Amino acid sequence: MHMADALLSPATGLVMWAAAGTALAVASRVVKARADDALVPLMGMLGAFVFAAQMINFSIPGTGSSGHLGGGLLLAMLMGPHAALVVISSVLTVQALFFADGGLLALGANIFNIGVLPCLVAYPLVYRPLAGVAPSRRRLTLAAGLAAMLALQLGAMGVVLQTVMSGISGLSLEGFAWLMLPIHAAIGVVEGAATVAIVLFVQRHRPELLHGAAPEGVAPRLRPALLAAGLATLALGGVGSWFASADPDGLEWSVQRAGVNAVAATTPAGLHDTLAAVQKRTALLPDYGLPDDAVSTSPAGDAPSTPAQASQPQAWPAVNAGTSLAGVVGGVTTLGLVLAVGLLLRRRRQPASARP
Amino acid sequence: MARADQALDRMLALDALAARPGDAGYRNPMAHLLVTLAFIVAVISFDRYTVAALMPLALFPMALAAQARVPAALLVRTVGLALPFAVMVGLFNPLLDRNPMLQLAGLQLSGGWVSLASIVLRVALTVSATLVLVAGTGLPALCSALARLGVPQVLTVQLLLLYRYLFVLAGEAARMDTARRLRAGWQPRLALSTYASLLGQLLLRSVERAQRLHQAMRVRGYTGQWPTAPRRWQLADTVFVLGWLAFFGLARAVSLPLAVGQALVGLSP
Amino acid sequence: MTAAALQVQGLCFSYPDGTAALRGVDLRIGPGEAVALVGANGAGKSTLLQQFIGLLLPSAGQVWVGDLAVTQATLAAVRRRVGYVFQDADDQLFMPTVQEDVAFGPNNLKLPEAEVQQRVEAALGQVGALHLAQRPPWRLSGGEKRAVAIAGVLAMQPEVLLLDEPSAGLDPGARRRLIGLLGSCPQTRVVATHDLDLVLDACSRVLVLHQGRLAADGRPDAVFADAALLAKCQLEAPLQWSGRHGI
Repeated sequence: MHMADALLSPATGLVMWAAAGTALAVASRVVKARADDALVPLMGMLGAFVFAAQMINFSIPGTGSSGHLGGGLLLAMLMGPHAALVVISSVLTVQALFFADGGLLALGANIFNIGVLPCLVAYPLVYRPLAGVAPSRRRLTLAAGLAAMLALQLGAMGVVLQTVMSGISGLSLEGFAWLMLPIHAAIGVVEGAATVAIVLFVQRHRPELLHGAAPEGVAPRLRPALLAAGLATLALGGVGSWFASADPDGLEWSVQRAGVNAVAATTPAGLHDTLAAVQKRTALLPDYGLPDDAVSTSPAGDAPSTPAQASQPQAWPAVNAGTSLAGVVGGVTTLGLVLAVGLLLRRRRQPASARP
Repeated sequence: MARADQALDRMLALDALAARPGDAGYRNPMAHLLVTLAFIVAVISFDRYTVAALMPLALFPMALAAQARVPAALLVRTVGLALPFAVMVGLFNPLLDRNPMLQLAGLQLSGGWVSLASIVLRVALTVSATLVLVAGTGLPALCSALARLGVPQVLTVQLLLLYRYLFVLAGEAARMDTARRLRAGWQPRLALSTYASLLGQLLLRSVERAQRLHQAMRVRGYTGQWPTAPRRWQLADTVFVLGWLAFFGLARAVSLPLAVGQALVGLSP
Repeated sequence: MTAAALQVQGLCFSYPDGTAALRGVDLRIGPGEAVALVGANGAGKSTLLQQFIGLLLPSAGQVWVGDLAVTQATLAAVRRRVGYVFQDADDQLFMPTVQEDVAFGPNNLKLPEAEVQQRVEAALGQVGALHLAQRPPWRLSGGEKRAVAIAGVLAMQPEVLLLDEPSAGLDPGARRRLIGLLGSCPQTRVVATHDLDLVLDACSRVLVLHQGRLAADGRPDAVFADAALLAKCQLEAPLQWSGRHGI
């Protein structure tokens, strides 16, 4: 799950550091503004707790394997999203330095995938709206479970995108995604289970430790996170879909390409052209070209590469206005749906809500 | 359980290495950090098919490891920790990239194998450099260096406290697990409900510990400002940084092994 | 009459959950005295100790450190005069090395670097831990941690020293060194402890707490000879005496 230096290109690494660094700078400022000098010792101690907790595994029934806590979501539930981001970044730093889990340059990407996405996206956008102010055990379980799933999927997608954009690995976007996403769906379930188990314990014995938002406070705090998440979704949806092949079955497609003879195996050239294409485009929004303008990949089912096609920058990625638009629309719709569910649930609860 | 013990032992071992007085102990942590970052950037900036040109760069981690007296076995083991993920991803390269690239003694190697080798080499280089940084300089010194570079105290102080207390909490977690296993037939299998209770209690105790820690800080006058020990930047540090940067630049610009190889084989460059 | 180092009048304290820990305590401790606070668990020892440094503030009554009343507003000033050694040394040793930890207090007093250095060395020397200066706290033994924690407080040169169970978990050698240290300090000392033998060896006065009230206040050999009192307060005579008094 951790991104490694060896799979990273300097450009991708530095871009991710810029993103993570910005998020951390904002988070530190928010934490400092809370003006609570008991917070820093608590953060250090809970970071040490997460580290220690990761050493204890619980058994997953039905399988022979075990799982352990990641901690980003748990920390957010205890300290709020910004403090949680700072803490999980420290845990990742220690892991990178002492356990070769990721590297120093990849640390930026890892802080983004394992810190920013759970704490600043999954927590405020999924957990908080669904859980509300003083959630029941069932609601908390549902909210945390979904948030964990989303966090892990987003994080896995982050790794995939960063690896593909770096170009050190030969994996295609689809191939790698098909490898990573299902595995991390399972890991998401595990993370959700571990987080929920511990949080329910805390809720029973010391409920005041859970970081709750006052009813009026939810909306304002949500806005910046919403904005960030909205931009992230747009970026992911828009840019990510550029790499999408017309063939939906990614694994099949990758395997097909692997079978193509050596001369036509243009993965290296294709990726090189991809990077060149990306570098050319500073603007993220696709041009709303006419359908016959879009030099898209071949229709579903065909092996898309011939040498002639591959040498054109537009062969891959498929800079197709339709695809990008679909990606953006899809992302916004999903976001909207989640919010709608959250708001609906909130409104239904309000008559019966107790004081936090 | 083995995992907890091993992890804790590793932290203790690395911390002990950093605490030993040695040549690397006099190294300015900021200088060491900067050069290590430059090294990593240099390594990963190579083209994906580079193998030979990467090799001279191994001089950096090896030289510093020797100076800091980091055991070779530890280096190898740490690289071994990092290899699985990178190799797992890298293994797709030979599958997807069949362009023949090298001819060695009648054997044809496709580009995929070359890029896989490059990945393995990158892992070895970046991981050893990172390990030498933490074993030679130590995390507390790095935190001070970061604070002097302008990183907010919120980040550096809680990282320092995390480091300070992780030994305590990891030890506590390990003892709790041992105590559990003694009454559970030494089984590693831990049900989720027991797990919740074990870690939940550790969490609550940690929160109380944090409150006492805060009190201990307050009664000795803490008002939010953490002390930073000043460290002078010396000429030796400048020489250290510039020297290594020059070497990285040279290794990046010119494939040293190729030059050496050509000279040896009699071809003038 | 010399001003009291510590004074308490009508002190009552209840925890937020309603537990009444102190139910009206009056006492006066003179400068330079070595006083022990003893009592069963839950009798109020730590609670009372923490009142003297403002970690807890009274629900009723008043606490003075010298001529300074302990209130929310005077906490900083109080903490420049009073030092507190925690029961768990790990809670207190939070800096990366011994040297830095002992310097933490003087640094917060905004003293010049040279003086901080001098105080650190003096304090470490006093507790016999100079050789541990560069060690990180997690590689210290229990006794070494306790010694360094005390040094960290001594370096602030307080007028009053408060110690919470200082001999708990110490091996006999470390314990003996602690007793020697306590005996040689010029400051006013208040020690909350279960270790009645330490009280005999290091303190000239003992306060017995029972259910939040002072049950006795006198010289140790007088107090510990009162069998009825000890029984009522769930205490026993010091081990040194077993065999001598047949207790």
